[in-house]
Amino acid sequence: MADGGKVVKRAKYKSSVKVPGVPGVLKMTRERFYFMPNDPTLTTKLNVEFKLIKGHKFSKEGSSKQALLNLTQDQGGNYLFEFDSFPDRDQCRDFVASAIAACGEVGKATSEKPAVPHDEQLSATEMGRRIKLLQENSELQKLHRQLVIGGTLSEAEFWAARKKLLEQTENKKPKQRVALKNDMWSVKPLSDGQTNRVTFNLTPEVIHQIFAEKPAVRQAYLNFVPGKMSEKEFWTKYSRAEYLHSTKNIVAAFAEASEDEELAVFLKQDAMLASEARKKIRRVDPTLDMEADEGDDYMHLPDHGLPQVETKEILEPQYEPFKRSFSQYLNQHAAVVLRGRVIDVELGDTRSVAEAFTRTNQAELANDVSDENAYRERINKVTRVAEIEDLQGPRDPPVALLSIKDPRDYFDSQQANAMKALGDAETGIRQLKFSVSKEEAFCSLKDSISEINSQGLIEPIISPEVALKVFNGLSQNISSTKYHLGKNPHESVLDQLPSATKNELLLHWTSIQELLKHFWSSYPITTKYFYTKVTRLKDAMSQIYPKLQEMKESVQSDMRHQVSLLVQPMLQALDAAFAHYDADVQKRSAKSGERPNGFV
Amino acid sequence: MTPVSSKLYADDVSLLMVLIDTNPYFWSSMNNNTSFTFSKFLSHVLAFLNSILLLNQMNQVVVIASGYNSCDYVFDSSTSSMQRAECLLEKLEDFVDKDESLSREESVDGVGFSLLSGSLSMALCYIQRVFRSGPLHPQPRILCLHGSPDGPGQYVAVMNSIFSAQRSMVPIDSCAIGSQHSAFLQQASYITGGVYLKPQVSDGLFQYLSTVFATDLHSRGFLQLPRPVGVDFRASCFCHKNTIDMGYICSVCLSIFCKHHKKCSTCGSNFGEARKQDPSASDQRR
Ligand SMILES: [Zn+2]
Ligand SMILES: [Zn+2]
Repeated sequence: MADGGKVVKRAKYKSSVKVPGVPGVLKMTRERFYFMPNDPTLTTKLNVEFKLIKGHKFSKEGSSKQALLNLTQDQGGNYLFEFDSFPDRDQCRDFVASAIAACGEVGKATSEKPAVPHDEQLSATEMGRRIKLLQENSELQKLHRQLVIGGTLSEAEFWAARKKLLEQTENKKPKQRVALKNDMWSVKPLSDGQTNRVTFNLTPEVIHQIFAEKPAVRQAYLNFVPGKMSEKEFWTKYSRAEYLHSTKNIVAAFAEASEDEELAVFLKQDAMLASEARKKIRRVDPTLDMEADEGDDYMHLPDHGLPQVETKEILEPQYEPFKRSFSQYLNQHAAVVLRGRVIDVELGDTRSVAEAFTRTNQAELANDVSDENAYRERINKVTRVAEIEDLQGPRDPPVALLSIKDPRDYFDSQQANAMKALGDAETGIRQLKFSVSKEEAFCSLKDSISEINSQGLIEPIISPEVALKVFNGLSQNISSTKYHLGKNPHESVLDQLPSATKNELLLHWTSIQELLKHFWSSYPITTKYFYTKVTRLKDAMSQIYPKLQEMKESVQSDMRHQVSLLVQPMLQALDAAFAHYDADVQKRSAKSGERPNGFV
Repeated sequence: MTPVSSKLYADDVSLLMVLIDTNPYFWSSMNNNTSFTFSKFLSHVLAFLNSILLLNQMNQVVVIASGYNSCDYVFDSSTSSMQRAECLLEKLEDFVDKDESLSREESVDGVGFSLLSGSLSMALCYIQRVFRSGPLHPQPRILCLHGSPDGPGQYVAVMNSIFSAQRSMVPIDSCAIGSQHSAFLQQASYITGGVYLKPQVSDGLFQYLSTVFATDLHSRGFLQLPRPVGVDFRASCFCHKNTIDMGYICSVCLSIFCKHHKKCSTCGSNFGEARKQDPSASDQRR
């Protein structure tokens, strides 16, 4: 009696499970359901929109004799029906489920609409999951409307094929796991105050935490228990070590440790932790300069503001391994808590907890070994970031290297002509016919050096004749390109002047030369002596200056040009000296002006 | 009084980098053919260096030896232990020993070459360091006292040094002390605005040095120094060694050819076909 659009079943409408109920006909369409009592005189007629129905419950087949369907209303209240048979009920139930879902799709006002699979009680979460899937997936929703609400498939069939989908949504909400306790295991022992007994309270949870934070203790447990000692002995020893630490008496701890090597394991610093820390530091971004960052942090307090708990006194090296830093302990604890539970083992069995930790550790180690690529990447990063720009070749555009087969071609191309121009083409090209052994050549060179070394410079370095020859050669060379004074190149201008003028000129010239030589060699003025010397020289030169001017004017007019040609460079040289003197004096006074009072 | 430590460099304070040729084969040939020996040369040079140091209290002299296999600094007047140029002799001896130990061949055909390119580079490096020492520094110049023939294999390196000297405005003076002219040094001085001189009287080296090469850069403005007779920088083609006024240049390696080639014989670059109607499409020179 069911087609795509409606379901009609015999049912009893009941106010509660216990009462017999009113027999009648239940008719369901997509939008609403009707109940008509068999007895038309009764007023228990129902006409309810599915929109108002929030959910439904039903009895399990077998567990109860009645085939019940309970439709719960939005505003509280419910409609309870008993069917003649379970199949009837199931058919109605499926229809109700899809009708409610359909209403949710259309209206969306009421978001939580239950649906019903076969035979089993659907939990509210299961319902919610399905509805959520339909809401999130419009294609699935269309399919659902067409097939389930259209009646091709039952609700259960539709979802049975999509178990995976449902599981996925389930996985999105992982079970909440209990984190590690964020308090550190109290190292304060409980003392009864009367005897010397000290009690530690070790629960499986505490042991778990100890193993997580102290790999050396875990390793010791695996090594010692039960072969070397019983579990109880082990924890007693551990507690003893903790007690010793709590007294902060390193000397006592050292003394006990040197007598008991197992105890020493607990007292010494955790080598496994230390190596792990080193590994972690290596993984830190190499471009991070922690020291520089610390410099930036001007609020920085020594020891991160922790009260100084470590002993300040300088320890003898033998005690060093027994030193413990509170900040280290705090950091390790924080790291373990933040990491959360890494093992999935029932606490209580201490050994399996320890083994589980070791396994996790080994897995991490294996990962580290295969981390070769990451290492290379880090190195690359370092070179990339810390590269010295000057030393890098241009990155792009890529250039082909210039390859020159034989650079001598360039030489040949240029030199031949240059040599020809210098006028000794034949000597340039002529290969000197000459051969000498390496030893001979180097020996004679070294002999020459030691000759000078022992005998000093050759005296005289140059003979006056040779010097004159060189002078003449040079000035001939220079003057030939510039001036031709007089008819005879050997005839000097000076010779044409009256001898009195000539002598005067020569005298002035030599004295100016002498004064200028001393003047310029006194600069820069580094001592008081130079200062007075320069002043003296300057005064002397100032006296010559007007004499030169006078001489220029006193000579006959036909000679005046020649004399002024000779005097002019002398005046220029003096002018240059005066200018330098003035500038230097100015610079000096400016400098001394800048000086604070009292500076000499 | 101004403290001595503060730099007071006037424009006529010089940093003179002197490169001396210590090619033993060259000096052996000089021993055989002339009266101008290495010890004479050293006498003249040491006297010259000392006079430079006396010319101005702030003058600085650095000497680099251009050996046959290596080059090295042998003197620096700014180090306190070296006040007189004679101090370089000891270092020079060590240098020659080292240079000899680097020699592989037992004898050399001709007189070989000295490492001019290396010592030029070292001089320029030193000058660059001085440039970077602060805004005040002595005026640097380089003086090459060179006798060995030009090494064709050093052409590129020497030219690069010359151009970098030109760019840093460092003049290269050169004095050819052998029997041959040096086209390298001729070009170096010409390009950098230095003086090139080949003494006609070997024994008068000191006079040439003190007359011509002692002049600081500032004074050169007022003086008439020997001028070059004009250098013929016309090139000859790589293919036939003919002097050419116009030719083809490889745009990659600057090789010169008298006619168009498909491929550069120097660097192997492929040339495109020159366009017929426009001869300037391929690089042309002068
Ligand atoms: Zn050619
Ligand atoms: Zn080329």
